[in-house]
Amino acid sequence: MKLGRLPAGCGGRHNVPVAAPVIDVSQLAKHFGDITAVDGLSFTVAAGTIAGLLGGNGAGKTTTIAILCGLVVPSAGRVRVFGEDVVRRRHRVLPRMNFSSPYVDLPHRLTVGENLEIYGRLYGVADVGERIRDLAADLQFADLLARPTGRLSSGQRTRVALAKALLNTPELLLLDEPTASMDPDTADFIRAYLAAYRDRHGATILLASHNMTEVERLADDVIMMAAGRKAAQGSPAALRAAYGRASLEEVFLDIARGPALPAREEAAQ
Amino acid sequence: MSAPVRLARNAIFSPPRVWAMVLRYIYLMRSSWPRLVELCYWPAMQMILWGFITLFFVQHSSWVAQAAGILMSAALLWDVLYRGQLGVAVPFLEEIWSRNLGQLFVSPLRPSEMIVALLVISMVRTLIGVGAAAAIAAVLYQYSILSLGLPLVVFFANLMVFGWAIGLMVCGLLLRWGLGAESFAWIAIFLVQPVSGIYYPISVLPGWLQPVAWTLPSSYVFEGMRALLIEGRFDGTLLLHAALLNVLWMALGALLFLYAFHVARVRGLLLKTGE
Repeated sequence: MKLGRLPAGCGGRHNVPVAAPVIDVSQLAKHFGDITAVDGLSFTVAAGTIAGLLGGNGAGKTTTIAILCGLVVPSAGRVRVFGEDVVRRRHRVLPRMNFSSPYVDLPHRLTVGENLEIYGRLYGVADVGERIRDLAADLQFADLLARPTGRLSSGQRTRVALAKALLNTPELLLLDEPTASMDPDTADFIRAYLAAYRDRHGATILLASHNMTEVERLADDVIMMAAGRKAAQGSPAALRAAYGRASLEEVFLDIARGPALPAREEAAQ
Repeated sequence: MSAPVRLARNAIFSPPRVWAMVLRYIYLMRSSWPRLVELCYWPAMQMILWGFITLFFVQHSSWVAQAAGILMSAALLWDVLYRGQLGVAVPFLEEIWSRNLGQLFVSPLRPSEMIVALLVISMVRTLIGVGAAAAIAAVLYQYSILSLGLPLVVFFANLMVFGWAIGLMVCGLLLRWGLGAESFAWIAIFLVQPVSGIYYPISVLPGWLQPVAWTLPSSYVFEGMRALLIEGRFDGTLLLHAALLNVLWMALGALLFLYAFHVARVRGLLLKTGE
């Protein structure tokens, strides 16, 4: 499949200053035995961008994010975050980033406050207690701080996990399904919160999601993955135009179900 | 929106991060009173059992009669080794049970800091468990482990370190094979029990097995304990051997843990472990 990035002018809603990319992935590959999870993936994410990583199950999104976090060592390729090689020097970048995923948990037997305190200390947050109180107020779970994490609903747990990911005010936020299990109202609130966080701190956010509405609303830039490869990249509007579709979901289905569409890919170059 | 936060410097080894992990394990301990009871339960039961056995043998065995505390000392010191190993492996298991490894290692926490945190909490857990057993020995059988004097500190330290080394190896297995290797957390230590000469001298073992026994620091400690209780002499050479072997065993344990961590990153196990 031919890989493409949409030309300038098809970009997102925000004017992102030209600077060294926060994320720079080049020819990334990851094999687990006979299984190829990521296959020659290349993309960049500019500072201050919200980028969406889209793809069906098994497309390689979670593996890509895990590699960016330094949790997984790639089989080949180069991964730079803030200009540092994540594979060899992940400890230089980890304090500047954070991560949230429904596939990893916070310990159930500790209270929400205890869990956040531990992570605050691990990130060296100066005034952990104040930071936790602020985040709990912002994300509307102040009444849950004394509750064991295992007794939270899945939506509450997702909010607490997001608070954990924001403890160190990260410059780069990697989010896997950030609004999973949330009711529409709470999910909408979280999306607005993430957009405001980016605007206020100039943070870069990479989010993997199956929720096309969410990505369409939040993302300046979308990276579509299929079978471990990048199928297309561009702003939601540019991708819709390139594929001649009315919504990102239809673009997603085109990519997920069909073979490469050379004419459209060329149009996307 | 909250005020900006100050980040800790990206130190190669950060005591505050170690303390954060120790705090986590303390919170875990205090969150469940049955687990606190469990820390003391087995050492206490062991001590009650070996106390009665001692009462019996003092009357029927001239060897035990020479030093009435020999069996209870052995039982207590064995518990130091056992609790030291469990104290490392069980908190690590807690991370796997709660699928927390991915979260931890996305943070600036380094594997070496996690190792040190596990060792610290192991010492806390061991002191609680063995302390309870020692109190029972004092109250029920009028035997004080402190009667061993200063050598007790050396015995304790050597057995604790050997327990840590085995515990780290178990953690390595858990990193590599996940909960499939959970049983090793509970049974691994019993591999060294028969050849450590806890309740009998190493000379009792078959000739071919004795060289194996002398590769274990625990064998030197228990021989040293018997020399002290029966002959009334502190054999520094035995304890020096134990300490030197412990350096090797600890290095092996730490290296195995770090290698397993590397393999877990290559195989993508840190996000999957616990499932």
